Amino acid sequence: MKRWILWVPLAMFFGFCALFAYHLARPKTEFVASTMIGRPLPEFSLRAAVADRPALATADFRDGKPRLFNVFASWCIPCAAEAPQLEMLRRRGADIVAVAIRDRPDDVADFLSRYGNPYSRIGADDLSEVQLGIGSSGVPETFVIDGDGMITYQHIGDIRASDVPVLLQKLEEAR
Amino acid sequence: MIAELGLAALWLAAALAALQLVAGAFAQRDGTTELAGLARPAAIIQGVLAAFSFLMLLILFAQTDLSVKLVAMNSHSAKPMIFKLSGAFGNHEGSMLLWITVMALAGALIAAAERRLPERTMMATLAAQAFVGLGFYAFLLFSSNPFERLPQPAMEGMGLNPLLQDIGLVFHPPTLYVGYVGLSVAFSFAVGALLTRQVTPDFARAMRPWVLGAWIFLTLGITAGSYWAYYELGWGGWWFWDPVENASLMPWLAATALLHSASVLAARDALRAWTIMLGVVAFSMSMVGTFLVRSGILTSVHAFAVDPERGTFILVLLSIYIGGALLLFALRAGTVSEGERFSVTSREAALVFNNVMLSAILGIVLLGTLYPLLTEAFDVRVSVGPPYFNPVGAIFVVPMLMVMAVGPLLRWRQDNIVRIRLPMLIAGGAALAVLLLVTVTTNIGILPLLGLALSAGLGIASFMPLRGRKLRLLPLATWGMVIAHFGIAVALFGMASESAFSEETLAAVEVGDQAEIGPWQVVLSEVRPTAGPNWTALEGRLLVSYKGGTSKEIDPQSRNFWAPPQETTESALVTRWNGQLYAVIGREAGDGRWQLRLWWKPFVTMIWYGGILIALGGVLALIGRLFADLKRRAVKLRGAERRGLSVRNVEPRDAGA
Repeated sequence: MKRWILWVPLAMFFGFCALFAYHLARPKTEFVASTMIGRPLPEFSLRAAVADRPALATADFRDGKPRLFNVFASWCIPCAAEAPQLEMLRRRGADIVAVAIRDRPDDVADFLSRYGNPYSRIGADDLSEVQLGIGSSGVPETFVIDGDGMITYQHIGDIRASDVPVLLQKLEEAR
Repeated sequence: MIAELGLAALWLAAALAALQLVAGAFAQRDGTTELAGLARPAAIIQGVLAAFSFLMLLILFAQTDLSVKLVAMNSHSAKPMIFKLSGAFGNHEGSMLLWITVMALAGALIAAAERRLPERTMMATLAAQAFVGLGFYAFLLFSSNPFERLPQPAMEGMGLNPLLQDIGLVFHPPTLYVGYVGLSVAFSFAVGALLTRQVTPDFARAMRPWVLGAWIFLTLGITAGSYWAYYELGWGGWWFWDPVENASLMPWLAATALLHSASVLAARDALRAWTIMLGVVAFSMSMVGTFLVRSGILTSVHAFAVDPERGTFILVLLSIYIGGALLLFALRAGTVSEGERFSVTSREAALVFNNVMLSAILGIVLLGTLYPLLTEAFDVRVSVGPPYFNPVGAIFVVPMLMVMAVGPLLRWRQDNIVRIRLPMLIAGGAALAVLLLVTVTTNIGILPLLGLALSAGLGIASFMPLRGRKLRLLPLATWGMVIAHFGIAVALFGMASESAFSEETLAAVEVGDQAEIGPWQVVLSEVRPTAGPNWTALEGRLLVSYKGGTSKEIDPQSRNFWAPPQETTESALVTRWNGQLYAVIGREAGDGRWQLRLWWKPFVTMIWYGGILIALGGVLALIGRLFADLKRRAVKLRGAERRGLSVRNVEPRDAGA
């Protein structure tokens, strides 16, 4: 047997270690971004989720004004946790619309009366069709939609206080 | 108190591992000294202490002692007892303690039972085992202490992921762990033999039962895991090439190759370096696979909580152990003489060929698993799946299966292929007949077609070694081989049939409607809500009948867990001898209709029956080997008594130097 062959396994293993170390050192991007970013919203028209807010349809986004599009549900605990941050965003001038995923009107109304209602429109997405259509896989998620109805940014998970300036800036960029 | 006892036992076990390492190392230098005499007792007591420590953890979980952080994070006072206990190893720290416990018990067993190896190799092996053990003790004690207390006891535990509260998953992890960690013994043997340069048939005979034992557990663990994924995940698939599945497959492939090359070494004193290499690789694959997942670098369905400090610790451990062993191999393997020669048509040659094929498959799986990491380093995200693994793997699986059919018929050292033309013609004819028949009657893909033909040929060929033998006198190990090889044919048949003949339909049906799938009629008779301890579900009642026969009721569910909110499907199965009906109920499709997903999978169960047969073959071989060893030892003992000698091995001269 040739001597150098005996070193091949060790060399391969070091290659593996280098790869391993590289990935350890590199900050992990935890989420897979939606491939819908940079594409227009799918066509939809949802009924209103609660009585005191209008329904939501694709046409509502084509008025030249950028918006936050929040995906939430009354049964989702992180959604309650992000409510104060959404309220803060609204006070700083963001227009926030939402879809409630697989929810009942009474439950949504109850949730909003308890945690506050920052939304200008709320659609009822009973079968998660819109949610899946915009590339969201869980609740809560928040998208930035520009004035032509294009998806420009996706935030996965609840909005923390540190995310508020980021979202405001993304809204600004979408103008 | 119990937590402190467990922690103390763990520290003591670590100290004994250190003693075992020192004693074993000194024995290399000075031969048999008083210190060297401590290595075996140290290994045995270390095993007892580690097991005691694990027992303490089980007690903490049984009592739901919420002052212990691990219990508070992973258990709940209202869980059934069986899931409280399985919660002990359903998390990172507990599973590491299980890992080290199995490893220490294996070390204790070698120290207590192994008498074939020369004493110096034995000492080197124990030292190697202790050296590997120490790293894991350090990992456990410094960065993953399972016995850590909370400053304030928690009011209630956080519970265990509901998906893991399944009886299958109570046994699945320990089974696989025994397999993974059992391979550490082969690793230590290989390192020990490299250190003393004594790679002999006796060494292979000593190593073989350990490899066989670990391999049986791996086989069972993989088979059970595959069936669990099949019925629990509700996708109707039985293998997904998920990184964690690959992590269990890779050590299995290496152990399979090792098993066969150790047999060549034991019987013919050939393939010395190759056997050592595989001994190192098998356990390395267990560690690499397990820790690749633990470090959080690869994401998969088997997610563990991850922190980067642990990842670094793991990387250091891996580079010391695997890097060290491979370095030793590079330095020493050249001085291990090559062993006996053999001809191209011989059983050794067939085994070598298949060893190369198994290694190639291992390489392919490893590459496929690591490839996403490699491309991600260049900012390209890819996912590697069946379109890569299946055809590329087949390039090597197909010739391997052909040689596997012929190999056991060949004689050792040198044979003439003409001698075995009759069995080859029969098996080859059967394969060809199936190939033609299936090609003419159906229109299926090339891989399933080859799979069906090869399974027929191999199924027949696997019994050929029994030809002309007195069955009553046949060694158990040979029976084991026959059954394990037949098991491969059975599993292959199941895989090919599932892939070729499965039928699938997605129907939207109203209550009272009928759907058809293959030979089955399925009527949705009712949809009703039902509830469990921590979930609610919609349950469909289906009346199914096979070819219009008497109907049978099955109840697939769509479950909603509320903490954490998670939707799962509980499939319902009807098993017949010739296949399974697999039903999943989905959500309401509007206008009172329900989504019903149905599969008819002919002979799919053969996949798992095949797996069980393979493991059964291993069990027979193991029993046969152990009895043969005991008999040989008894004969040796009697001979030695007659000559008035001690039975303890006398140190032989260094063979390689």
